[in-house]
Amino acid sequence: MRILTGNDLKTGAVIWWTGRDWSLHVEDAADVGEHGEAVLAAEDGARRVNGGYIVDAEATPDGPRPAHIKDRIRALGPTVRPDLTLKPADPTAGDWVI
Amino acid sequence: MYRYDQYDQAMVDARVEEFRDQTRRRIAGDINDDQFKPLRLKNGLYLQLHAYMLRVAIPYGTLNSVQMRKLAHIARTYDRGYGHFTTRQNLQYHWIKLEQAPDILAELATVEMHAIQTSGESIRNISADQYAGAAADEICDPRPWAELLRQATTFHPEFSYLPRKFKIAVISSKEDRAALRWHDCALRIVRNEAGEEGFEVYAGGGMGRTPFIAFPIRDFCPANQIFSYLQAILRVWNLHARRDNIHKQRMKILVHELGEEEFRRQVEEEFQTFLALGTDFPQAEYDRIAAYFTPPPFETGLSEEIDRSDPEFALWVDRQTVRHKAPGYAIANISLKPVGGIGGDVTAEQMEVVADLAERYSFDDVRVTHAQNLVLPHVRKQDLYAVWGALAAAGLADANLDLVTDVIACPGLDYCTLANARSIPVAQKIQQRFADMDRQLDIGELKVKISGCINACGHHHAGQIGILGVDRKGTENYQLLLGGSGAEDTSQAKITGPGFDEDGVVDAVERTVERYRELREPGERFLDTYRRVGLDPFKEAIYG
Repeated sequence: MRILTGNDLKTGAVIWWTGRDWSLHVEDAADVGEHGEAVLAAEDGARRVNGGYIVDAEATPDGPRPAHIKDRIRALGPTVRPDLTLKPADPTAGDWVI
Repeated sequence: MYRYDQYDQAMVDARVEEFRDQTRRRIAGDINDDQFKPLRLKNGLYLQLHAYMLRVAIPYGTLNSVQMRKLAHIARTYDRGYGHFTTRQNLQYHWIKLEQAPDILAELATVEMHAIQTSGESIRNISADQYAGAAADEICDPRPWAELLRQATTFHPEFSYLPRKFKIAVISSKEDRAALRWHDCALRIVRNEAGEEGFEVYAGGGMGRTPFIAFPIRDFCPANQIFSYLQAILRVWNLHARRDNIHKQRMKILVHELGEEEFRRQVEEEFQTFLALGTDFPQAEYDRIAAYFTPPPFETGLSEEIDRSDPEFALWVDRQTVRHKAPGYAIANISLKPVGGIGGDVTAEQMEVVADLAERYSFDDVRVTHAQNLVLPHVRKQDLYAVWGALAAAGLADANLDLVTDVIACPGLDYCTLANARSIPVAQKIQQRFADMDRQLDIGELKVKISGCINACGHHHAGQIGILGVDRKGTENYQLLLGGSGAEDTSQAKITGPGFDEDGVVDAVERTVERYRELREPGERFLDTYRRVGLDPFKEAIYG
């Protein structure tokens, strides 16, 4: 599957395209198929995303898992600061990245 | 230290308001990202993996307590409670919101700080010896020259759109604590046979994808002509650089392609042009700037004795303190490399502890080192125990300066959008592997430096043991390098062979260290043994 990501223009937070809006959680990301470029152009124009790009991902029962480790780290947070990730209470969250 | 005059303050304040307007227009949609990106980069604002990142300039690595407390305040108010000291003596915040960035710059301006020229194709923060003004082995304090060059090159119209970034370092001792010859332009203050002060000048150094050690371009440039000479170097590069190829834009590439002799010839020709223009610093201007760096009022008649009855304190004194030029004083290094921690990271609370200690015990002076540690440059020996106690209470009293756990590491793939692999976890695993203090002390000086990509922010080319993270078909892979140095015996590390995964490279480091312990002769550091026996015995240990 192909999903969209970028950073929120105002806050810089990592965001994922849900099909209608942007979410902080990669689990919410929607498969955009071949429409990624068109969505990004519209969203960039609407100033809702900065530096958007298309990511190859694997569909899993827990939601999309980006193919590249860089995007998995973006999705969770720095592996060396679990307290600053999106899942600070889950000691196994880092396993998903590696 | 230097204090802003009305012109400095007016320029920085105006720059903050200019950026506030640029940010407002970006958020309002009046300008797009292609238009905004070069503007934010000129103010040190990057977009990294998780958020915007702001790189704050710390000229020649010198801070006072008010500035350090402001950095703590910003960390607490606008970031996530910490900052990261870098290998260019700067500080980075990794969780910045664009809409708050102008407010942060305004806060910095209130304490005479900014983020100008910490990014982009400009002359970057000029670095210097972290022991400047305190070192027993220096000819003079190099910071007045660093400050003069900082002022002369900031917003300089000819050097505002350089082919690429340009890094300068200034020292004034034989011992090199600033990785001098890894800079585009390296200046070492010397005295000639007549006793006149001047500069030994090196040009064309740099790490990154294509590493070069700066070559000695001039043995002696009179001090009152150094700005002409620097301008001549910059002009030759600016005129002839390969602006068509991002990988060939740095000055080191031009020096390599022209050859040292031809580059020197062209610089000398331009030098004469600049000398005739009379743009060098008048003596009165040097004197005005130097007055800001007048040595603090050191007490006389102080005791040299240190009560070493507490063994942990005695160890810290042995590892972390360095001889000071004034009797009864010491230079105290503060390790930011706790085993299993994140090198260079400091919490807001720790910054405040250091600020308090600087104010109380070090003439209100703190330094940042390119090895991502801090320094209290002027501590009375009789105060060292109190300083150590306060540092220990704040988790800042590790005694590992220049030991195997004092690892330099870039933020790597945990934070950086350019990175191919994580650096920090590798540093942590090496620290944990060698955590035993007796073992560290037995190994002795061993500088490990890790970069998460070929841009080499972690100085792996200069590592006695260097590690480079690469992307190998989507997985992290680490190349091991040996034999580098950023000191006065500058050398470039060599790759040992095929790379490793994260645990594999830690094992390889351990095999390298153990082979060193087998081969070393009395008094030899790792680097000495490596240079004596060469790479092969280590390759055999690493790869079998």
